[in-house]
Amino acid sequence: MVLSHAKIETNTAILLVLSLLTVVIGGIVEIIPLYTIETTIERVGGVRPYTPLELVGRNIYIREGCYLCHSQQIRPFRDEVERYGHYSLAAESMYDHPFQWGSKRTGPDLARVGGKYSDEWHVAHMVEPRSVVPESIMPSYPFLKDRVLKTDDITAHLRAVRKVGVPYSDEMIAQARADMEAQQNPDADTAGLAKRYPKVPVGIFDGDPARITEMDALVAYLQMLGTLVDFSAVTPQQLKQ
Amino acid sequence: MTATTMNRVRSEVREDYLEDVVRASMALTMFWGIAAFTVGVYIAFQLAFPALNLGLEWTTFGRLRPLHTSAAIFAFGGTALIGSSFHVVQRTCRAQLFGGEPVAWFILLGYQFFIVVAATGYLLGITQGREYAEPEWYADLWLTLVWVVYLVAFVGTLVKRQEPHIYVANWFYLSFILTIAMLHVVNNLAMPVSFVGTKSYSAFAGVQDALTQWWYGHNAVGFFLTAGFLGMMYYFIPKAANRPVYSYRLSIVHFWSLIFLYIWAGPHHLHYTALPEWAQMLGMAFSVMLWMPSWGGMINGLMTLSGAWDKLRTDPGLRFSVTAVAFYGMSTFEGPVMSIRPVNALSHYTDWTIGHVHSGALGWVAFIVFGMMYHLVPVLWGRKDLYSKTLAEVHFWISTIGIVLYITAMWVSGIMQGLMWRAYDELGFLQYSFVETVQAMHPFYLIRAMGGVLFLIGGLVMAYNLWRTARGDVARTAAA
Repeated sequence: MVLSHAKIETNTAILLVLSLLTVVIGGIVEIIPLYTIETTIERVGGVRPYTPLELVGRNIYIREGCYLCHSQQIRPFRDEVERYGHYSLAAESMYDHPFQWGSKRTGPDLARVGGKYSDEWHVAHMVEPRSVVPESIMPSYPFLKDRVLKTDDITAHLRAVRKVGVPYSDEMIAQARADMEAQQNPDADTAGLAKRYPKVPVGIFDGDPARITEMDALVAYLQMLGTLVDFSAVTPQQLKQ
Repeated sequence: MTATTMNRVRSEVREDYLEDVVRASMALTMFWGIAAFTVGVYIAFQLAFPALNLGLEWTTFGRLRPLHTSAAIFAFGGTALIGSSFHVVQRTCRAQLFGGEPVAWFILLGYQFFIVVAATGYLLGITQGREYAEPEWYADLWLTLVWVVYLVAFVGTLVKRQEPHIYVANWFYLSFILTIAMLHVVNNLAMPVSFVGTKSYSAFAGVQDALTQWWYGHNAVGFFLTAGFLGMMYYFIPKAANRPVYSYRLSIVHFWSLIFLYIWAGPHHLHYTALPEWAQMLGMAFSVMLWMPSWGGMINGLMTLSGAWDKLRTDPGLRFSVTAVAFYGMSTFEGPVMSIRPVNALSHYTDWTIGHVHSGALGWVAFIVFGMMYHLVPVLWGRKDLYSKTLAEVHFWISTIGIVLYITAMWVSGIMQGLMWRAYDELGFLQYSFVETVQAMHPFYLIRAMGGVLFLIGGLVMAYNLWRTARGDVARTAAA
């Protein structure tokens, strides 16, 4: 062994190629099958792409680094299922670019926070978390309410996300701006929106129908988290990975 | 050539070694170290006192935390690796760095530019939202260019070496540069929304994105924070101890097994998630196996001191290096334990992970850098010795106590929080609401922050000491 190693350590090219080959193997064996084994993503219905407003809300979630303190991944343990709901499926994040599973729970898991609190609660909580949870150590985000969203680049966002594999239809992209405005406008005709994005939460999320703010987008995103899959209709066979 | 002579670190000084760029990297490393420790202390206090988030968007924990991790890993650690690798590869190859001054400065300053662009972006909320891979696409492209030049310069120097053998430290440095290039390019594949905007969307989604990201993330630990710094260890410990590396055979076995096994360990960050179980089991198995090559490195580092242990009393730099190797051994034992699924069920999502990371980052990475700098700064500036060995000793004890406070506080809070989450009362209900577990963390967050303060003070003492050393001052009172 020592004898043969002399060849490697006296030849830069051999050392370079062998080290590269050595570190390539593990990644190939672990990552490629996730694309080729069809059962990696469970075969459950209901998961849809994010609405334009939810997508913008998700980007705010990413921008503020929420994932550094909140996970979005419920593990199959009795206490987690009781505390947060059904354990998370791979299917539920199949349109997540990037994934936001997180690695730390300084705050609680948010995988199924959708529908658990009212819109008003979320707004109050974002503006000043300690107004609703006195012991909270979360930062406050009062500026979200005052930040009016631009809607002109949403089409470009949807196009970019489609390029990496999310099945946004031409219609969804054409209607992106209208859908974004309709989701937080109580007077809008939301039939088209609801048809394109089943189970979409609609409401005046931040309490102000006159304008679309970052608060609207973030709350819209939080309110749909974990709500898409109807677990009463899921069979164990479908969950097998 | 026999193994013994091969293992001996060369020390002939040649005129044309590039040293200005190494000197600059030492100063920058110190600067980034202080910056990283300061931000770390600040966000530690934020967790104890949320008012410190100031209600401003630029100063929330969510934006400062990537600033802290990037400053520590990439700015402090990365600059130390680049600077020390330039020094080591030139000396052990007896050749000037390939490309000469312009290339060396481009690598060092180009890398600094990357750090500044990425860090200012974090404060403005520009992030990919993937841990340790936060910089957006344009910063990633720039880093790719700098890194390829770095690889070419390093390999070019190996090619033109005047020594028959490539010294073991260079195997590790080479593997670090090469593997980081692979991880960085693959993991950061993304689609920008517009070429004049900052936002991009990851090329991967959900479960595949998760594994790609942790394949990258864990090997940022494996190759940036381990292989690179093992290269540092393999030069500076033999050098300071003036002894050959303990075992040539062990360095071969542990080098190849370490780089082969590390790459597989990523899935242990995703235990019990939606990642298919076969991948989790593979990740766990390889993580446990990784214990052996890790300890191979520890044994080789520590045993190099055989016959020179007395130097620990007189050489504060060597004391840092050896303590670093001991922390390396401790945290590479803790890591495999935490990768075992039932243990991970308790430890994951808690502060235990944070404590584990810091026993590696403070105990191993920072201490091996400190040891390297206490040795190298006097050499680079042509001084006989440090300004003050007493101050270096003060630094050693303050920092060590700081680390111990930090990791013990995180062990207790992590295990406690994990147990509280799963606690049931006698009626079969969950015993604690989530926020009760947050409240219970408060005293430990204070202890942890105090540990961080000590570590920061140690860093400031070091900066002062090295600054005076570089100026050529000698403290009046003789060191013990």
